[in-house]
Amino acid sequence: MALNSKTKAVLLGPLNKNNPVLVQVLGICSALAVTSKLEPSIVMAISVTLVVAFANVIISLLRKTIPNRIRIIVQLVVAAALVTIVSEVLKAFAYDVNKQLSVFVGLIVTNCILMGRLEAFALGNGPWPSFLDGIGNGLGYGWILVVTGFFRELLGSGELMGYKVIPQSFYDAGYEDNGLMMLAPMAILIVACIIWVHRSRNKDLQEETN
Amino acid sequence: MNRESNRYTIIYAAVMVILVALGLSFTHQALLDKQIANENIDKMQQLLRSLNIEAEADEAEARYSELVTNAYLVSDEGNKIEGTEGTTPEDPAFSTELGDQSAQGLPVYEVSIEGKTVYILPMSGSGLWGAIWGYLAVEDDGSTIYGADFGHAGETPGLGAEIAERYFGLQFEGKELYKDGELRSIAVVKPGQTDTRRDYVDGISGGTITSQGVDKMLLSSVGEYENFLMKLNRN
Repeated sequence: MALNSKTKAVLLGPLNKNNPVLVQVLGICSALAVTSKLEPSIVMAISVTLVVAFANVIISLLRKTIPNRIRIIVQLVVAAALVTIVSEVLKAFAYDVNKQLSVFVGLIVTNCILMGRLEAFALGNGPWPSFLDGIGNGLGYGWILVVTGFFRELLGSGELMGYKVIPQSFYDAGYEDNGLMMLAPMAILIVACIIWVHRSRNKDLQEETN
Repeated sequence: MNRESNRYTIIYAAVMVILVALGLSFTHQALLDKQIANENIDKMQQLLRSLNIEAEADEAEARYSELVTNAYLVSDEGNKIEGTEGTTPEDPAFSTELGDQSAQGLPVYEVSIEGKTVYILPMSGSGLWGAIWGYLAVEDDGSTIYGADFGHAGETPGLGAEIAERYFGLQFEGKELYKDGELRSIAVVKPGQTDTRRDYVDGISGGTITSQGVDKMLLSSVGEYENFLMKLNRN
């Protein structure tokens, strides 16, 4: 199916100008918690993308049948069911990663990005644009996680995906891993730096100063 | 059909919940075997870590069956309970939950490593936020610690959660449970402090409650094995 300009904007907007983390500042909690290593960041990014995309499609398909008074409950049930499935699959096929992500897989349910997209987009649009919107927002959230996870693992433990990348000679010469990188405050500083770079490149996003 | 009527809303909610419940139970059942296998391998990895062996998930089972020669339950009097021997995940020693009060006995894993016989004793206790557990490998004098490994359900990352890191468990190597012929366990003290009555290791700075939890767990869990250890100690 070809992408016309509207669906293209739906898919690509959240990656940049309409990024859920950088611009809407949603989903920060999990972005801080799971990014101390690259691998859980990637798994979290994929999980959120899948959950948002499919929850969007399901809610979009049901949108003409959902009673308005219980629509938030319906959204929650759909989201919770998908998250439980993701968590079960991870337990069966990626046990170690699941242990590292611990409660944060379950907490995808409460990720504002998910509920936000269901309420703001899926309820008013068809399944295909909703799917693209979910993929776009999931990836928009995901690439921030991956970038943050990359720097935190590299500078915090000198590894990437669990493999040592900083050569021993650096350590012999007095280089040390920065333990602060493993703690949540550094995650928010890295996210802040990404926001800084992003705003300086997109002048139209900058707030007016008086 | 009126989408806003009470009848429609209630039926809609009921049907949705039943469908979701069916879907989830089906998923759970379909993946259960695989999940249990993963949990067993995770437990084997922990047992191996208490022997200071880091095993990848795919080799854990092989290393486990190579090293663990026997496993059984012991009674409070420290005697092996007949008919409980066996090292596979289905056997009572492996499947007995830590801290299960209604269990028939206390699980012990017998390991032969580097020409020595080592006994692994599972422990369980509570930390700051939830359960903590551990495996203590004791040499055949019933006193010298060969190795130890700890785990936790949800201690604070960077603080209490550090007990699961190898450096914490490694401190236990060579410590003695017995002092002056008495079972005194091993103390977990604030870094820098000492304990004259018992052998001690450093706790986690900033993880005081968790460290105290480990201290209590050692005391109570090792205490349950007192008669078993005493028998080893006397031999």
